[in-house]
Amino acid sequence: MAQTALNPKSSLPASGWKNWIGVLPFFLFAVLFLVLPSLRLVMGSFADNEGQFTFANILQLFQEQSILDAYWLSIRISAATALGGGIFGFLLAYSVTVGGLPKPLRSALITFSGVASNFAGVPLAFAFIATLGRTGFVTALIKNLFGVNLYQQTDFDLYSFWGLSLTYMYFQFPLMVLIMAPALDGLKREWREAAENLGASNAQYWLKVAFPVLLPSLLGSMILLFGNAFGAYATAYALTGGRLGIITIQIGAQIRGDVLHNPGLGYAMAMGMVVIMAISLMGYSWLQKRSERWLR
Amino acid sequence: MNLMSRIRRIPFWSWVWFLLGALYFLLPLYATLNFSLRMERDVIGFKAYIRAFEDPDFLKTFLYSNMLALLTIIASIILIVPTAYWIRLRLPEARRIVEFITLLPFVVPAIILVFGLIRIYSSPVNIPFTEIRILQPLTTFEVGTDILIIAGYVVLGLPYMYRSVDTGMRTVDVRTLTEAAQSLGASWFTIIVRIILPNIRAALLSGALLTFAIVVGEVTLASFLGVPAFGPYLFLLGQHRAYEPAALSFASFLLTWLAMGLLQLVSGEQGQAAGAH
Repeated sequence: MAQTALNPKSSLPASGWKNWIGVLPFFLFAVLFLVLPSLRLVMGSFADNEGQFTFANILQLFQEQSILDAYWLSIRISAATALGGGIFGFLLAYSVTVGGLPKPLRSALITFSGVASNFAGVPLAFAFIATLGRTGFVTALIKNLFGVNLYQQTDFDLYSFWGLSLTYMYFQFPLMVLIMAPALDGLKREWREAAENLGASNAQYWLKVAFPVLLPSLLGSMILLFGNAFGAYATAYALTGGRLGIITIQIGAQIRGDVLHNPGLGYAMAMGMVVIMAISLMGYSWLQKRSERWLR
Repeated sequence: MNLMSRIRRIPFWSWVWFLLGALYFLLPLYATLNFSLRMERDVIGFKAYIRAFEDPDFLKTFLYSNMLALLTIIASIILIVPTAYWIRLRLPEARRIVEFITLLPFVVPAIILVFGLIRIYSSPVNIPFTEIRILQPLTTFEVGTDILIIAGYVVLGLPYMYRSVDTGMRTVDVRTLTEAAQSLGASWFTIIVRIILPNIRAALLSGALLTFAIVVGEVTLASFLGVPAFGPYLFLLGQHRAYEPAALSFASFLLTWLAMGLLQLVSGEQGQAAGAH
């Protein structure tokens, strides 16, 4: 502090309202392009067609079957891919960290996960059409190997719940790998040694020591995956062309033209989505704090 | 005996998971590549790639998206670096609120953001409580739409750019550097541009690459704001062509790989972006 006092130029008051001027541009930007647009949707969802305050839109949200179906479909897809991607991603992260695979495989997997978790949208949809579409590579492979035509002899359809879930998994489990690998690295060797010295078996160590320590970050990451899938629009739109009515696609249709014939209801639909995203982010950050108790 | 114990040491299940994962990663890529090479009957060739790259609209939209990415990166650096710097130097009490704001894009997904942006900026901006117009609706003219979409992309990239910059500043002693520069008579502008920026260039580059990965193929904002970007172009191409979209999808994958590879090279860490799904 004595040194700063010697310097005339940096003798601005160390704290005080003037210092907030330095961050004003950031706040201005955030208000203009993040807060105001969000507020507009919130206000809109509490206004009727004449602009008067009303709760009708919010109430109608829970009565309109098509909207409830859209939320429910989105929630199911997000939960399925969060669970599936979470478990599979965890097993993969396990195999290259404490699972005993050679080191180079680890860096290969991590690099690939970084790429795949960023590979989404239209190209991802097209890649899955080339893989599991009607004339896709794997579709043909299964037909040749097992004589089963996926599209005629089974219920499988890429442009449906399971198809979209499989496609989402392509960016879901790599994200899980990226989050879980450092957490698994945080398991201390001493814990395992201590458990073994006390006579614990491998299964006991995992069930009673490692798993409880990992649980918060496991759950937290899965919630993050849930939000990741819940907010996704481009991949689903490119894959199904808007035919599979998940909530983001319904919102997209509402932006293009007031398909609900009630702008307020459209805003309420968007706000409901933000509420679900906010709840999942809060859950994530709460669990993240808990996991930091043991894993740093 | 020796052989048995060696076999037992092979982590069987780890290999199973790893191979399954590798299959999941590679099959769609292989399928796309395989499909994209079969435009001509019974010939393996690059015709689809040549066709796709020859389309003047491809070049136009691709360059446009790259320009958007570049402007987004510049805008977010101008916005975020001085803010993060100032928080570190003078205003630690603003850290929590700024970090909170940078996390908001996780709560407000792209489709919601564009919904709000369109509703706000498709009407003229008046001085509050008056009829005096200070700004035309941004969505009605080209520069206005460009400003809007770049602002939207800055928002989508905010969590990644802010985290990169903040991590970068943690490793340099901002305070000492600032005091040294000030005692030599440097202005704030000089300090930020010539002292701080060069010292966090690795962090800036990793933030920039993540932003690039988000912006260059982005569809949601681009299609709703109606800009001639690469994402919507690829989507439309997929509506009436088969082989060229596959070729461009595979090329996009290589581009993502390139960006992430560079990222790992400069920062030694992995990028995780979730904004553009």
